Amino acid sequence: MAFAFLTISTGLSVENDKESGMKLGSMIRTGLVAAGFLTAAATGASAEDTIKVGILHSLSGTMAISETTLKDVMLMLIDEQNKKGGLLGKKLEAVVVDPASNWPLFAEKARELLQKDKVAAVFGCWTSVSRKSVLPVFEELNGLLFYPVQYEGQESQKNVFYTGAAPNQQAIPAVDYLMSKDGGEVKRWVLAGTDYVYPRTTNKILEAYLKQKGVKQEDIMINYTPFGHSDWQSIVAEIKKFGSAGKKTAVVSTINGDANVPFYKELANQGIKAKDIPVVAFSVGEEELAGIDTKPLVGHLAAWNYFESIKTPANEEFIKKWHEFTKKPNRTTNDPMEAHYIGFNMWVEAVKKAGTTDPSKVIPALVGVKVPNLTGGISEMLPDHHITKPVFIGEIEGNGQFDVVWKTKDLVPGVAWSPILDDSKNLIADWTPPISCGNYDTVAKKCIGSGK
Amino acid sequence: MSQKRLLAWLLPMLAALLMAGQALSADLQTLVTNLVTGGYSERDDAITALAASGEARAAPILQALGAGQLYVRSSDKLVVIGKGEGKAVQLTDALTGKPAGTATEDDLDRVKVNNRLRGTIDAAMGALTLMNPDPAVRRNAANSLFTRSDASALEALDKALAAEKDDGIKRVMMQARAAIVLASDAPDDKKIEAIGIVRDRGDADSLGVLQTVIASAKGPVKDAAVAAADSVRQSLKAWEAAQNVWYGISLGSVLLLAAIGLAITFGTMGVINMAHGEMVMLGAYSTFIVQQVLRAAAPGLMEASVVIALPVAFLVSGAVGVLIERTIIRFLYGRSLDTLLATWGLSLVLQQAVRSIFGPTNREVSSPTWMSGSFHVGQIDVTYGRLWIVIFALAVFALLILLLRKTPLGLYMRAVTQNRPMASAMGIRTPRVDALTFGLGSGIAGLAGVALSQIDNVSPNLGQGYIIDSFMVVVFGGVGNLFGTLVGATALGIVNKFLEPYAGAVLGKILVLVFIILFIQRRPRGLFALKGRAVE
Repeated sequence: MAFAFLTISTGLSVENDKESGMKLGSMIRTGLVAAGFLTAAATGASAEDTIKVGILHSLSGTMAISETTLKDVMLMLIDEQNKKGGLLGKKLEAVVVDPASNWPLFAEKARELLQKDKVAAVFGCWTSVSRKSVLPVFEELNGLLFYPVQYEGQESQKNVFYTGAAPNQQAIPAVDYLMSKDGGEVKRWVLAGTDYVYPRTTNKILEAYLKQKGVKQEDIMINYTPFGHSDWQSIVAEIKKFGSAGKKTAVVSTINGDANVPFYKELANQGIKAKDIPVVAFSVGEEELAGIDTKPLVGHLAAWNYFESIKTPANEEFIKKWHEFTKKPNRTTNDPMEAHYIGFNMWVEAVKKAGTTDPSKVIPALVGVKVPNLTGGISEMLPDHHITKPVFIGEIEGNGQFDVVWKTKDLVPGVAWSPILDDSKNLIADWTPPISCGNYDTVAKKCIGSGK
Repeated sequence: MSQKRLLAWLLPMLAALLMAGQALSADLQTLVTNLVTGGYSERDDAITALAASGEARAAPILQALGAGQLYVRSSDKLVVIGKGEGKAVQLTDALTGKPAGTATEDDLDRVKVNNRLRGTIDAAMGALTLMNPDPAVRRNAANSLFTRSDASALEALDKALAAEKDDGIKRVMMQARAAIVLASDAPDDKKIEAIGIVRDRGDADSLGVLQTVIASAKGPVKDAAVAAADSVRQSLKAWEAAQNVWYGISLGSVLLLAAIGLAITFGTMGVINMAHGEMVMLGAYSTFIVQQVLRAAAPGLMEASVVIALPVAFLVSGAVGVLIERTIIRFLYGRSLDTLLATWGLSLVLQQAVRSIFGPTNREVSSPTWMSGSFHVGQIDVTYGRLWIVIFALAVFALLILLLRKTPLGLYMRAVTQNRPMASAMGIRTPRVDALTFGLGSGIAGLAGVALSQIDNVSPNLGQGYIIDSFMVVVFGGVGNLFGTLVGATALGIVNKFLEPYAGAVLGKILVLVFIILFIQRRPRGLFALKGRAVE
């Protein structure tokens, strides 16, 4: 390509030369052009000595509040790996793009990362709608995506590795805890969520699960609000009314993003204490609590696979490195950050195992990789591209941290297809041969989705 | 000799009493040790045991445990109650109540509770604090006993009833007693009498108690309970409608604050300012900064931080508004599409600027104590924060009307709105009036931001949630007409709140939008349109 430009520009300058008659000027011009292209070629060559890692997180818009910290943790992990000598003898280079909480822009930016920047792997996405819009791009270009956020399940793609919790690693254990003696033996349920795919699907699963456990329809109240809903007076009053029917009531909240702050403020103002009607949230972590006065919220719950307050040597070291890297001693850590930590380390292991960054070789190499997590266990990548994670239920403390009140004994393997819903109870995902399919019907014994 | 005999008799008595005293405190010691060791289940039993022990120290120890103030000092394992945070926690010995020095939080191990234990503590405290000298504590105790219907508290309740002087608290205690009777094996006539008392209380908790009775009772008791539950439900429905009206008014006051600045700029100058939401956001951030400054420099003034923030927010947003008008809007008069585009771009710039300076996460703005909590009017819950915002919105509105009617600037503004060329011909400097009007509209948006920082989260996206609603209110109420804005905001707020319980929040918003679209078809100028020859 450089040669073509060189010849064309020389040709052009020769023609101009004939017209203007300035031979010296044209020689200087070609000389400059040649020098320019040589340097470009030289830098291009040295750039090829790094392995590029794409970071696809919103740095502006409504999701910036949650996703910016994930971009920062990826930069820290890449920096740490480079200090250890890089990967396969090459340095890692981070390519950061900003899809600005705009779901179609996620797909465009993903394409840019895979085609133009030729990244070896992408770490990104938060909302399920952003993930759904990049799936076709990753499938078409055979890319590799690590998705670090808890989600609704009902999906398993060849090019995606889900390091966040599936419903059986977050939602179901949380409901089990609330039904137990320690959780208050809850009999009436409010399922409150933001109106999009994740809360809708999760609530579908939870409603089916509750009914399986014998909860009657009139003891379940489901409510959806738009993103950023700020006037919670009526809904909180409804919850209060629903909760004073004489049976212990709890709220299972899949409310996402900014709406959480006015929701919790209204709960506090209307005097709903955690010991009367506890709220267990799936999308509220240390980062979201940083913007609220948490004293009136003491006792409300969250279900995650990691809390900053868990004291293990691995976690303390991670937090120390994080504070040094960001130069802010108060920055919190949260579950999706740990998911990226696990996903990145798994990717590094798989690349070493496969000896190359080519996704066709790395994808099969990832299954079976085991790396330590930050809470003292070992996480394993399963054939359905989900990982094993421990489940913790934590209560909010006055200082914005969580106090773990319950945890699973062992790590729970993530299950992509919910066995509770009728249309997915016969489905499994298994990307290892001979099945090699994301939605394989075990009863009909065939792959009903895209396999291979 | 009789003295000697007395002593000989007295001394062993004293010794016995002393030993008994030590044994008692050894008992308290064991109870407290059981409280701080073991898991949540053991702690549950220990709480019940401590409450039933009759020890005078039981109540303060249990209260500290529930409030997260019971600690074990790491150095000597002494159980202490700690007041304060961080570096200087004031300690008192849990067993004796005597001061035990100070410590930092790191030296102390908090005794943890979960929600279930907090419930147990509550029930225990209910019975323990029925005789507390503070009437508010006694009322709380009686209320919590009503909701828990704990039969074991009956004895304590009867004792407290006999000693109670306050009529209001006595009534609550009678209700608690009635709830306990209903949960026990008392004869039918006593139960029916209790049902009457519970029905008279008439709130959601009494409905809960009655429903538990309906689930387990038979015969005349069940009939009485069903009838009572129906009558409570009827009265609750009426109160709910009133509650919805209150919610509608409070939502309307928020809309009014956000929209009134827009009504002025849109009305006077015909400028579509898409950056209006960001003026609100700047006001909210001004409140945040004022709080940070006060927290560092004058913590005693924190309670007045919101009031101090008002002029600061007005000036900040007003100044930015004047700046925008002078640099951008001035060149785009008459070109409404271009103003729309320019102000939209400006809103994005302002959002990203704030994001770059303050970060994309929410910032914490705390509410002063006089704006937290709620009180009851009949069966309606009125939160102080919302009440103050309603009062504030009406005050701002009144001040604005005053400004427009009585001051020279208001006169010029009205003149320019009605007939710009004529006003200019009369010697009014229209560019200066324009700049000041824009500044005023933006300044009021800043005041709205102060109010919103109390109920919504302070983030760069704050303005986006209110810009559409502000335009809806202005268009619906009539452009340029302040009373139209008032009526429009209140009407939209109430309609929205009445729709929400039936249609849900999402559908409710959609229906309100559709309604406004249809309304504008019939009356394009809105509810209260400005009349006049020069109004286009």
